[in-house]
Amino acid sequence: MLRYVVNRVLLAIPTLIGVAVVTFFMLRVVPGDIVEIKLRGDGGNVSREVIEQERERLGLNKPLVIQFVDWMKGLVTLDLGRSMWTGNPVSEEIGSRLELSLQVAVMAAVIAVLIAIPLGTLSALYRDTAVDYVIRIVTIAGLAVPSFWLGMLIILGLLWAFNWLPPLTYTPFYVDPIANLSQLIWPALAVGYRYSAVVARMVRSSIVEVMREDYIRTARAKGVFERLVVARHAMKNAMLPAITVIGLEFAFLIGGLVVTEQVFNLNGIGRLFVQAVSRNDFMLIQSLVMLIAVVFILVNLVVDLLYAALDPRIRYR
Amino acid sequence: MAATTTGSTLPSRERSALLRFVVEQPLGAAAFVVILVMALAAAFADWIVPYDPEAIDFSAMLAAPSPAHPFGTDAFGRDILTRIIYGARTALSIGLLSSLLGCAAGAVIGVASAYFGGRTDLVVQRFVDILLSFPIIVLALVVVAMLGRRLVLGIDVNLIVAIAIPIVPKVARVIRSAALSIREMPYIDAARAAGYSHARIIFRHMCPNVVAPFLIMLTAFIAQAILLEASLSFLGLGVSEPKPAWGLMLAGNASDFYREAPWMVIFPGLAISLAVFAFNLLGDSLRDWLDPKFRT
Repeated sequence: MLRYVVNRVLLAIPTLIGVAVVTFFMLRVVPGDIVEIKLRGDGGNVSREVIEQERERLGLNKPLVIQFVDWMKGLVTLDLGRSMWTGNPVSEEIGSRLELSLQVAVMAAVIAVLIAIPLGTLSALYRDTAVDYVIRIVTIAGLAVPSFWLGMLIILGLLWAFNWLPPLTYTPFYVDPIANLSQLIWPALAVGYRYSAVVARMVRSSIVEVMREDYIRTARAKGVFERLVVARHAMKNAMLPAITVIGLEFAFLIGGLVVTEQVFNLNGIGRLFVQAVSRNDFMLIQSLVMLIAVVFILVNLVVDLLYAALDPRIRYR
Repeated sequence: MAATTTGSTLPSRERSALLRFVVEQPLGAAAFVVILVMALAAAFADWIVPYDPEAIDFSAMLAAPSPAHPFGTDAFGRDILTRIIYGARTALSIGLLSSLLGCAAGAVIGVASAYFGGRTDLVVQRFVDILLSFPIIVLALVVVAMLGRRLVLGIDVNLIVAIAIPIVPKVARVIRSAALSIREMPYIDAARAAGYSHARIIFRHMCPNVVAPFLIMLTAFIAQAILLEASLSFLGLGVSEPKPAWGLMLAGNASDFYREAPWMVIFPGLAISLAVFAFNLLGDSLRDWLDPKFRT
């Protein structure tokens, strides 16, 4: 097991470096000059010297490779340079918003999994009955409804039912849990719906598959209660593919957050990213993209390790 | 597209294929009808819609749904039904073009990667791995930041590219695995022995044989592309005012009028969901129908 863990962790490193290279150079093959776009964007006339000064200040006059090495050194020491727009350190801009986004993402994931596993199981066990059809329609709709629109509908519903809007200012959970949850539970629900739909579909199809296995017939034949057959024999094996999807979809969750934070006026990572893109703030964009990719790769790593822990066949391969 | 109405003029083999699809996949056929209605409405919008989508009418600001304005009006007094129908034009054209572009590029890369194999394959697949570790909207936003806007014939070409790029690695991955088995076929050896160029073998001999997975993914990614276009427009980084687009209709001042004009929020979102739902369903049915392997 230890060898598998070490191997898997080492394999993540080249991917991370690859992501850094692609992110960095993708943003720099742009035709045109970032500083000129920033300073002359509004059609204003700016002298050559001012542009040169700004380039010098941002370190854009150095060769690309040196810039990349500087950025890499920064990444390791968590010194990500300064935002090209506000001038604040990038790590500060990100750090002050990370907590909120992370909380929404984790809440959405928990909600989604708590809903998806029972729904998927029910759907599989009552296959081709009314229960199954209702659940399948709900889950297929989950793939079609944009999470930001669902967020708007939630706000409309809250207004209509309680004439109440979620608070707009963020309160950390440890300061006031109730104020915190009453603000963040709604975006978590909005992005969690799609997530739970995808997971529920996976749970359903993998339970349907497992229930056809020989060992299920054996368990039934030796007189195990149906409830135990499902809970002990089927669920355990059906959860493996579900775990993969839960991990993969976590990345989509971050994507959903980018848009949904806008709906709920949440000042999180997603909103920061959208602002950075609309202001061409490349320093900020590259660090945010890197952060998102790192989260994705880490989640994948955890999934793989979990998989190995749950399924002995994988670590002996 | 016109196959449903002029069935009698088709050769009998094709007609029976269409009939079989309708009989075996009734849900898929229903989805196809929904898409057809949307496409026709978008194409003939100029004739079926009583209002100008960009005409501002301050005497009808925020009007509730009524016979004159079935879906109400927005903060500029523009008819919402009209803008939804014209929005279908934006959504379907951008959705189709970007899905087509992304799938075509992905298919060629996937087939070429499988055909050349070896080191080329390894490098291409690592690159695909890297692109796959970004959520699609993040990748699209980076491309938007890179390219900015460029309008050609009223369509933002760079927006289409931005939506197409996240599709490429996903398609390349799937098509590559389909093409790997084709590479081993005797007719590929024969083509090589005949001295054909790599390009000719890839385009003439291998690409035609991955058409089934290509079509399935093309349909499914139209749904993704429509969703992505709506999200980008919602963020103010996609289609820009006054052009009607569903995501754009939800952006900006729609959220200022939650109390006064909830129809501004409800109907455009329904349009997005319906279109995405229909393309997803059609894609699923096509997959079940074209590829017996996936049948459950």
